Amino acid sequence: MSGLLARHRNIIDFALSSLLRRKAKNISLLAVYTLIVIIIASCMLFINALKQEAAAVLKDAPDMVVQKMVAGRHDLMPVSRGEVIGGITGVRGVTARLWGYYYDAVTRANYTLTVSDGGQPAPGSIYIGSAIARLTGFSQGDLMPLRTYKGESKLLQVVRVLPAEAEIVSADLIVLSEKDFRELFNFPAGFATDLAVSAGNPLELATIAAKIVHQFPDTRPIMKSEMLRTYDSIFDWRGGMIVVMFAVAVLAFIIFAWDKASGLSAEERREIGILKSIGWETADVLLLKFWEGAIISLTAFLCGATVAYCHVFFFSASLFEHALKGWAVLYPQFRLAPSINAYQLTILFFLTVVPYTAATIIPSWRSATVDPDSSMR
Amino acid sequence: MIVQPAALALIVAALLTGFMVLYAGWYGVRILLHWDMRSGSELQLSLERRTYLISAIVNFALICQLLSLLLFIYTADALHSLFIGAMCAAGTLHVNGFGYPVLALKIVNFLLAGLWLIINYADTQGYDYPLIRVKYSLLLAMVPLVLLESFCLIAYFAGLQADVITSCCGSLFSLDRPGIGGDLAGLPDRSMAIAFYCNMAATAACGIIFLVKKRGGYLFAALSSMGFISAIAALVSFFCLYFYELPTHHCPFCILQSQYGYVGYLLYGCLLGGGVAGLGVGALMPLRGRGSMAAVIPVLQRQLMAAALVLYLIFTLVVSWPVIFSSFKLL
Repeated sequence: MSGLLARHRNIIDFALSSLLRRKAKNISLLAVYTLIVIIIASCMLFINALKQEAAAVLKDAPDMVVQKMVAGRHDLMPVSRGEVIGGITGVRGVTARLWGYYYDAVTRANYTLTVSDGGQPAPGSIYIGSAIARLTGFSQGDLMPLRTYKGESKLLQVVRVLPAEAEIVSADLIVLSEKDFRELFNFPAGFATDLAVSAGNPLELATIAAKIVHQFPDTRPIMKSEMLRTYDSIFDWRGGMIVVMFAVAVLAFIIFAWDKASGLSAEERREIGILKSIGWETADVLLLKFWEGAIISLTAFLCGATVAYCHVFFFSASLFEHALKGWAVLYPQFRLAPSINAYQLTILFFLTVVPYTAATIIPSWRSATVDPDSSMR
Repeated sequence: MIVQPAALALIVAALLTGFMVLYAGWYGVRILLHWDMRSGSELQLSLERRTYLISAIVNFALICQLLSLLLFIYTADALHSLFIGAMCAAGTLHVNGFGYPVLALKIVNFLLAGLWLIINYADTQGYDYPLIRVKYSLLLAMVPLVLLESFCLIAYFAGLQADVITSCCGSLFSLDRPGIGGDLAGLPDRSMAIAFYCNMAATAACGIIFLVKKRGGYLFAALSSMGFISAIAALVSFFCLYFYELPTHHCPFCILQSQYGYVGYLLYGCLLGGGVAGLGVGALMPLRGRGSMAAVIPVLQRQLMAAALVLYLIFTLVVSWPVIFSSFKLL
């Protein structure tokens, strides 16, 4: 056993020294390889982190939201329907929700206005999200003007700026009282934006949804699991598309690696010739080539994965956040929760190291079967 | 079509292994037709050189194959959130008709790949290419299976559409469902467990007899293959219930999930490793007398047997743990 280990150790020693002897060639290969790993790893880590954020945000979402539809569009929901839905077996609670969007012409940003069920601010006062505070400069105690449906200004006092930790959900949020909300938009009494339904047993949600649609055919129930699934598949799809886009780059890299591996210099041929003439077998030279490839792959993989980790979690994936997150004037500034797992590393390995190794097998074999006599002449 | 990094990684691996095995198979045919150790012709020399390439390619392709089985199962499990009603890999694999064939082919190819690597290892230990024909015949048998697997895998991912309603594992492995899943779950739980323990004990006894008296290699291979099958049957019909602590849940995939500490990977890893090693002992039996193999194979067989015994022992201990120590009891 120790003999086998010593053999590998000696060959690794030799492989390292032979890689160092051809610095320029190997460093250029390593640089391109690392870049490919960085791109793919950043994309995968970023997508995974966004999926986790979405799941974390939706954790507190209602089990089911029921919307009324008119001509295929989302319409106001009569609050009276909430009582009927509340009577369906298995429904634990129904809440009529009031929320909407407000376009602020000054900052050219959209705010989300909502009436919270618990802890509503008193009429005339509001809570604002930290991104709104940053953008408009309003702070606690200031009066913030909002334009009503008639075009008049309505002054509301900021009594609280929502904490920055919850920025991913509250960046563009204004929480106000029901009275102010109805006055601002001329929102008719007895109507709500939609209904939030909770069930005692989540397994019964599908049945409850079917009963709601049966009773009110013009409504659309949306379950939390459906929202999660949609986010998951959208993020997966975006990540997959980016990988497909970069597949061309990977292909170019594979051709580059193939070319580098098969373009043996006269000196390398001589070296292999000498090794074989002093007793190395083809299998030994192949092992040497294997270790050279493994050293380059491992270095590129580790460096690439580390840089990608820093890029995504310390610099918020600045290279392609716009392509993957979407864009808005008021975008929450959030730091993604760092997470990396063996599954992602395995996928990364399959997308980078496996194609590289496949591309270098035949060139390695060619160089290992060089005829010592002809190569030294 | 599901465009997702893991699916793309598996498709890349399937295309590469398919292509490589095809390339190796082509030279395998030439080697089988023209191989002649006594000849010093140019063709023979080039074939001898080529064997290094083919070994390297097949080694690489088969190691990819082994890793991609794990990646495939994990991915199938991870994708379940995209399908209504799917609670684990059982539901995801059931979304279209290619899911279970891919899994079955992957397991068969895993076992064959392991066997090929063992024979190749033995062959490279000798100086006179003693197992070259056996090795390349086995390779040729594997080519269509690997290609079929690659095709099914691509067809499976191409046919996946998120949100398709599938049956969840609860209904797929419930007792009244026809098909292999239901048949496995419907086996009498206690007698399956007894059969499993007897089989494992017989395998261990036979292994020890072989290690001491150097006899009974075929019996060991047969017992360990039966052990492989009885372990899967007992896992689905009996041991799973203890892991889930539910008398009706027979799913063999849920144990791969995090809430069961990923214990499924350890169990299936031990089972597949033990199965390959056990089969390897049997496959090497008729080759012992060939040329330089007389000195190589007995040593290798002892190592394989020890590996199979250790892996099966770990499996047995891990599945017995909740049966003995869990507060859940089947009456």
